[in-house]
Amino acid sequence: MPEKVTLLSVYRYLPQTNCGECGEPNCMAFASKLLDRRATPDNCPPLKKPKYKEQLAKLIELIAPPIKEVKLGVGENLVKIGGKEVMYRHELTYHNPTAIAIDVSDTMDDDKIVERCKKIESISIVRIGDTLKVNMIAVRCASKDPDRFSYVVSLVARSCNLPLILCSFDPKILRAALEKGQVANKRPLLYAVTEENWREFSELAKQYDCPVAVFAPNNLSLIKSLIKTLQAIGIHDIVIDAGSYTEGNLLRDSVNNFIMIRRAAIKRGDKDLGYPIMAVPAVVWMVENQEPVIASYREACMASLFMNRFADLLIMHTSEIWALLPVLTLRQNIYTDPRKPVSVESGLRVIGKPDEKSPVFLTTNFALTYFTVANDLESAGINCYLLVLDAEGLAVEVSVAGGQFNPSKVKDLFTSSGIEKMVKHKKLIIPGLAARLKGEIEDLTGWEVIVGPRDSSQIKSFLTKYWA
Amino acid sequence: MAIFLGDEIEEKEEIKALMKSLAKFIEKLGDLELENVEIRAEELTFIIQPMVGFTAQIPQITQKVEKKIETLLKAEFSPPIETYPGTITEVKIGATRSEGGSRRKVIKIGGEKTMPFYSFEALNPNKPAIAMDIFDMPIELAKSVRQHFEDVMHDPAEWAKRQVEDFGAEIVSLNLISTDPLIKDTSPKEAAKTVENVLQAVDVPLIIGGSGNKAKDPLVLEAAAEVASGERCILNSANIDNDYKRIARAAKQHNHIVVAFTPMDINNQKKLNRLLLDEGLSKEQIIIDPTTAALGYGLDYTLSLMERIKLAGLLGDPDLQMPILASTSNSWGAREAWMKSEEWGPKEYRGPLWETVTTITAMMAGGDLFMLSHPATVRIIKRLIESLYGEVNADQRIQDWITDIGL
Ligand code: SF4
Repeated sequence: MPEKVTLLSVYRYLPQTNCGECGEPNCMAFASKLLDRRATPDNCPPLKKPKYKEQLAKLIELIAPPIKEVKLGVGENLVKIGGKEVMYRHELTYHNPTAIAIDVSDTMDDDKIVERCKKIESISIVRIGDTLKVNMIAVRCASKDPDRFSYVVSLVARSCNLPLILCSFDPKILRAALEKGQVANKRPLLYAVTEENWREFSELAKQYDCPVAVFAPNNLSLIKSLIKTLQAIGIHDIVIDAGSYTEGNLLRDSVNNFIMIRRAAIKRGDKDLGYPIMAVPAVVWMVENQEPVIASYREACMASLFMNRFADLLIMHTSEIWALLPVLTLRQNIYTDPRKPVSVESGLRVIGKPDEKSPVFLTTNFALTYFTVANDLESAGINCYLLVLDAEGLAVEVSVAGGQFNPSKVKDLFTSSGIEKMVKHKKLIIPGLAARLKGEIEDLTGWEVIVGPRDSSQIKSFLTKYWA
Repeated sequence: MAIFLGDEIEEKEEIKALMKSLAKFIEKLGDLELENVEIRAEELTFIIQPMVGFTAQIPQITQKVEKKIETLLKAEFSPPIETYPGTITEVKIGATRSEGGSRRKVIKIGGEKTMPFYSFEALNPNKPAIAMDIFDMPIELAKSVRQHFEDVMHDPAEWAKRQVEDFGAEIVSLNLISTDPLIKDTSPKEAAKTVENVLQAVDVPLIIGGSGNKAKDPLVLEAAAEVASGERCILNSANIDNDYKRIARAAKQHNHIVVAFTPMDINNQKKLNRLLLDEGLSKEQIIIDPTTAALGYGLDYTLSLMERIKLAGLLGDPDLQMPILASTSNSWGAREAWMKSEEWGPKEYRGPLWETVTTITAMMAGGDLFMLSHPATVRIIKRLIESLYGEVNADQRIQDWITDIGL
């Protein structure tokens, strides 16, 4: 944080009654929790009293992160972006995963529009307990026709529940959409304020209380000017689009711009740049006569690149799942808590209804490995025991190489789980990637070790071959 | 500092009371320690002072908010440049005839003065380098990878040529996996022959990898180092729990570079790097591999580790100033890269993209040298690096993207 927020400066705005309603012994203790983000002002009920209204507002301002949190949309699908406090994720968990929007053009046929909206909304992939989804739809006015655009906006709003980004540089067109598109009270992101349109555009944003994007490709002084102006007008929900070029030296400039914006806001306390940043990887589709596969591939690369360098919102064009899956997975990776190991409890799991003749499998406690293996066993309808080894939250290959997955831990797991009393045989199936531990495990436990497949998706065919 | 804008008398009274009680509180306690946070009485005085005469400022602030804006407010941006006290060590891979080897091409990596691609503050002197994997026996590989060299997998020398001549590998990464006692238990001597053959077949530098067997690898790498004497190959790898001393000795004696591999642990990484330096290797002879996990399978750890290591090196930690090797071809272990699935779409595209996205992430986090499998990844990553170094002049217009994207 650029200006150091002290414990006392936070304490000053608390009620100081030491009432304990927050669950802390006193207000000072609560202040220290606020300071390291383990609590929010919400957790102090007395602060909600009218007499503390000003204090509360000031407190919120004082502890606000250097990158403003901007809310897009309303209701259950509301998307929060920004709210970042650090440059690198090892410093403190990143908040608010990058929102991903997919575009819809108003020049498409109506039924195609409905179809596309439904497709975008239905994308849903379950991965380690999370559901990966696309968060928004960006409606582009390519027709340049206010009536057509407002009609399509209302059509999109009726076809799905995702928050919208309304894209046009013409304030008249956006005004039409807000007046007739039936989304005026849904806080769509208005894209975008430019050097030419800022007067009318800012009126619109104020009148409808909508967040806005500012667009000035590769011109950070202009970005700052536009934002300064918007702030003076009283607009504070802003998203920065400094242009996301995808080719050659312009790509270099864009990546530099993203880094500079974020650093200026976090390290220098530049209030003009303390907003979420957006990228539009969809621009790769502006190249004519391009193979769609190539464009989708490149777009996914650009989305990943910009997400790695601070993008809080992406507008994409591809709706190909093979191209979106890596991007959604990368987002999940970047936004996990780096201080928290992604692991499950070690020990014995019972899958189906095993008996004393059932096979015994071994895997590690890395959450994804465990869930994948357990899921594969279950869906193959295999009744068995699954031993989950404490490999310090690492996957099989890595933990075998690193020694966290070792024979003596396997022996300990035998003892603590009591598996030796549950089955009559003495056969253990280990992951294919742990093959090199076979001999040592056999020596240490006296069990026969069978090397299983390298990936648990092959378990069923493996069993029919190797398990009578 | 703007504090307490409230203009009701009642509230002001309250604030006064608040500050009074707070001052008393601090007075009483003097230095107060609370959950690792220390506050001193001076700090409090400092905070209270701006309160004095604050009321006078209020009208001014209100006015500012209501003013009508007629013209764009001007603002100038200046790049927030930082300098770092440390530099990453530059490592030269491969040696030409005049340097005691036989390579036509040598590659330099490392030498960074700033984080990757922060070119607004400094241009890092060396581009990340691309190595492509080959193995000393045909192995199981995803079909979309295998199809590019299926016909030469029985012959490492031909395979190496394919990677260099057809796919643009800057370095060949030869993995001697058949030496694993559980696979073929190829002897170090025989493995060294393969190394010789590959050295003769291509003129780029080599990474020589073992099988991962802790007992055998040092012997295999030692034999390989000897036949490749003077070539400045990269021996992959020394671990805390293998005979790293033997590997270091061989590297020193025959002018090679050693990979210091640790499984996702920055402290062990530092320790191993120091141990290797203690064995007499120079800093220019060490590359670190802090473990590359695949996208979706721990890449988050890898990326944060690489960023931490790179930053620590730039901030001056001598034990972490070595360039980073990222074996991003590991991404083919992810089932999303190779498994057939209706839900995930065609694996022919998904596979290479999985590797590409893993590599992009490792590259933005600080990787200096990548081991890759798929030719498409190599092509895209190379083009990306050239772009990020500004070597390609683009004429791209994005202003009209709203109307010009097409359907
Ligand atoms: S609830 Fe609020 S007033 Fe009560 S102790 Fe906690 S911080 Fe203090």
